[in-house]
Amino acid sequence: MEQFLGFALPGIPYGCSYALMAVGLVLTYQATGVFNFAFGAQAYASAYLFAWLIQNQGLPIWMAFVLAVVLFAPGLGLLFDRLLFSRIPNTNNTAKIVTGISLAVGIPQLLPVIFGTGNVYNVPSVAFNPNIVYFRLPGTPVNGTFLSSVVFTAGILVALVVLMRLTPLGLQMRGAVESRRLVQLDGVNATRVVAVAWMASGLMAGLAGVLLAPVEAQLQSQDYITLMVAAIAGAAWAVLRSMPIAALVAVLVGVASLTLQGYLPTTSFLFSAVLPSLPFFVLVLALLFVPGLRSLEESKDPLASVDPPPPPVTATIRSMQFDRVIKVLWYGVLAAFVVSMLTWMPKNWESVFNAGLAFSTIFLSITLITGMGGQLSLCQATLAGVGAFTAAQLANHLGIAMPFGGLIGAGAAAVVAVVLAVASLRLRGLGLALLTLAAALLFDNAVFSQSSVSSGQGGLNIPAKWLGPINFDNATGHAYFVLAIAVLAVCTVAVLQIRRGSVGSFLSAMRGSEEGAAGIGINLTWQRILVFALSGVVAGLGGTLLSIQLTNVNPNQFNYELGLAFVVIVVTTGVTTVEGAIQGGISYMVIQQLLTYAPQRFQGLTFVLFAFGALTYAKHPEGILEFQKRRWTQRFERLVLRPAADDAHFGPKDAVALGAEGGLGGRR
Amino acid sequence: MTAEVRRAPDERRAGAGRPALLGDPSPLLLVQGVSKSFGGVQAVAEVTFAVERGESVGLVGPNGAGKTTLFNCICGQLRPDAGSCEFEGQRLDGLPTYRRARLGIGRTYQRVEVFPEMTVRQHLMVAERSRRGDGRLWKDLFGLSAARPDERTKVEEVLQLVGLADRADLPVAALGLGSCRLVELGRALVCEPRLLMADEPSSGLDVHETRELAKVLRTLQHERGMAVLLVEHDLGMVADVVDRTVVMDVGRVIASGTFEEVMANPSVRRAYLGTA
Repeated sequence: MEQFLGFALPGIPYGCSYALMAVGLVLTYQATGVFNFAFGAQAYASAYLFAWLIQNQGLPIWMAFVLAVVLFAPGLGLLFDRLLFSRIPNTNNTAKIVTGISLAVGIPQLLPVIFGTGNVYNVPSVAFNPNIVYFRLPGTPVNGTFLSSVVFTAGILVALVVLMRLTPLGLQMRGAVESRRLVQLDGVNATRVVAVAWMASGLMAGLAGVLLAPVEAQLQSQDYITLMVAAIAGAAWAVLRSMPIAALVAVLVGVASLTLQGYLPTTSFLFSAVLPSLPFFVLVLALLFVPGLRSLEESKDPLASVDPPPPPVTATIRSMQFDRVIKVLWYGVLAAFVVSMLTWMPKNWESVFNAGLAFSTIFLSITLITGMGGQLSLCQATLAGVGAFTAAQLANHLGIAMPFGGLIGAGAAAVVAVVLAVASLRLRGLGLALLTLAAALLFDNAVFSQSSVSSGQGGLNIPAKWLGPINFDNATGHAYFVLAIAVLAVCTVAVLQIRRGSVGSFLSAMRGSEEGAAGIGINLTWQRILVFALSGVVAGLGGTLLSIQLTNVNPNQFNYELGLAFVVIVVTTGVTTVEGAIQGGISYMVIQQLLTYAPQRFQGLTFVLFAFGALTYAKHPEGILEFQKRRWTQRFERLVLRPAADDAHFGPKDAVALGAEGGLGGRR
Repeated sequence: MTAEVRRAPDERRAGAGRPALLGDPSPLLLVQGVSKSFGGVQAVAEVTFAVERGESVGLVGPNGAGKTTLFNCICGQLRPDAGSCEFEGQRLDGLPTYRRARLGIGRTYQRVEVFPEMTVRQHLMVAERSRRGDGRLWKDLFGLSAARPDERTKVEEVLQLVGLADRADLPVAALGLGSCRLVELGRALVCEPRLLMADEPSSGLDVHETRELAKVLRTLQHERGMAVLLVEHDLGMVADVVDRTVVMDVGRVIASGTFEEVMANPSVRRAYLGTA
């Protein structure tokens, strides 16, 4: 028994770390209706500021606490509400998720730009001294860190339960989440109530960030994201409703992790792969078996119909003549690009564009699954990794050249995607996004990290003999460019053909109305599995391409953080078009290359820029870049080709309508 | 729009409509003892009725009577707690919605369910492609999925029937509610259902649009032999269209017969007016 307690009790402070975040997530959801993917990033930002104020500005702990937790954190929450979430209609859940992910990606990258790139170590504790053992439990010394975690978690939990259940403000918050308009009809200033809710949630995030910061020697954003997953698991079992249940499950996850760690042999597979993935398993079980999570997306607001529907993709009408000009220009640019890459392009830039082509292929999988399938998947980087690692292992063990092994790798990625599709059949929106995120983390922790798969974090170097008879070994050579552009072209044509054909129209119907689609005999299950499988194939091909280009395949190329970033990039450049995917891949690499000429602190700006772009998703679901492109070509057309007097003669037969591309029986 | 087909009052007899096919006495749709509750609320309680081939049946009742819930049970969006539904003698238990649609049950929805990214024509085209069941990924990849002349002809016919030919290439997002209801109707008709279940199709339509819609439904019944199960609050439309009326209240069937018969029924008057 003492041994058991000796293993279990140290898990309590870990569990309390998870519980703080879990309770924060439930509070945010209960008070604002938003599942805040950026909660971890908010916590990290507050901790970062707290540490910077103490270590760089020499402020006392209490003052840094006031500034970082009492002022900055709620202020950040208020900004989120005023500038972002309050402008998203209640029923547009996809926009809320995309906005949260954009913040989660952008905030950690923005902090070094503002505060400099120095690493932050040994963040001081705000409460009890971590070096003092205050008392002992069986086999466990209770030091300041332990005590801080437990006392603050319990105190915060009690305070929040009292707030939400027993105070008028809490009742107003819960009412505003259900229907802002209804509570306004009751004379409640719903806007102010929701703003207060965001500030309370921000305060909670700041507190969690500062309390958790001393646990690890170095302050890193990844730790907060990892904590988030365990917290999400707790929140999921509570159906995002009950803070005590969320806290309890989170603490149990922490206790179970440490207990198993004590009993399992350190050399076993269970210890190295399954144990670190325990929170993800708990999350997946919740998503699959807790019925309440399937109806999270359903709006219970009786006045929801007052909200305008999500904005349609911006469409524009081009004259046939101008459309021909655009097409000629496009092919001209393409030809110029190909000729340049084969002739005068400097080697470093050739490498940049080659990588851009590989990323474009991966991003095409997002166009398929999200743009066409309407499913928000956060594990496309993982599927790319499945393809890449499969191809590398086939080359390593069976001597199959990677370009060919990549086809088998694409098949393996498709199988994984199909498994995910089947597992998520009853999930929509947020539930599906969480399941794919859990899958991504599972692969990061339990699959890609295995030495038998990746030889550890350093990955597998790809020797020339793995690449087959053609000399792809020179990563900046033309052979790779020809391969990459051929693969991208085939995938692009395939995606366009699918969009214009039966499958594309069925997917469009599904996106529009699942009930309506089923009502005309469309098998939604099959379509969903099919689009997942296709996205897996394309992602797998892109992953193999990328690893060939880098002559290395390692877990860091395909981790969950990149998966989130990929979604943010494609949403900015245009998730509904193949152009958006290609623009995303090329611009991602070009911007990164350009930033290498800038000071080190600006290296993360790539993700910050795309994150800002993705924040406009609610207003421009076609992508802010795509919107601007259509807007400016329309203006150009008006100025150059279509003077105002001719508008009266411009009829539908002369026009090409652009919105989604083509479709059965469409005009284009 | 085709010529108006109006029915004389004496045609609206119980069971009027096209007679059942010889040697096939089973009704087209048989609902037996269907019950559905949500928590403590009994939305539908032991409802039993039938729709014959070519018959037009109105399902009416005050708000909250359980009409749409019953529709959802028949179409597969909800699983009944008890009872069964049969279509052409085949039990529908466990069949997903899309399979029921392929059997020949078409539907329009109380809250219009259109595909916002599509034009009117594309709505009907996708329904036709689904009906044919020959949409395949490999055909798409090899460019063999272009719309065929017979598909286009079929779609044009339905566009003419529902009066949307002049708006065929407009995106539905640009259409008003009335036109969207016609789009939904056209989309259902393309699938050549043997039973059309229309859930409050005139909701949001003006008087003229409602009259046109009633014309279409009568034409479909008389010229195509299509059975219609119509949920409606507009009793004038119901009187004009249906052969037989079933009245529900608080989840139960309280009357069935011709429109005049049920409207004279004291239970029905009590349900609608609160007085006998």
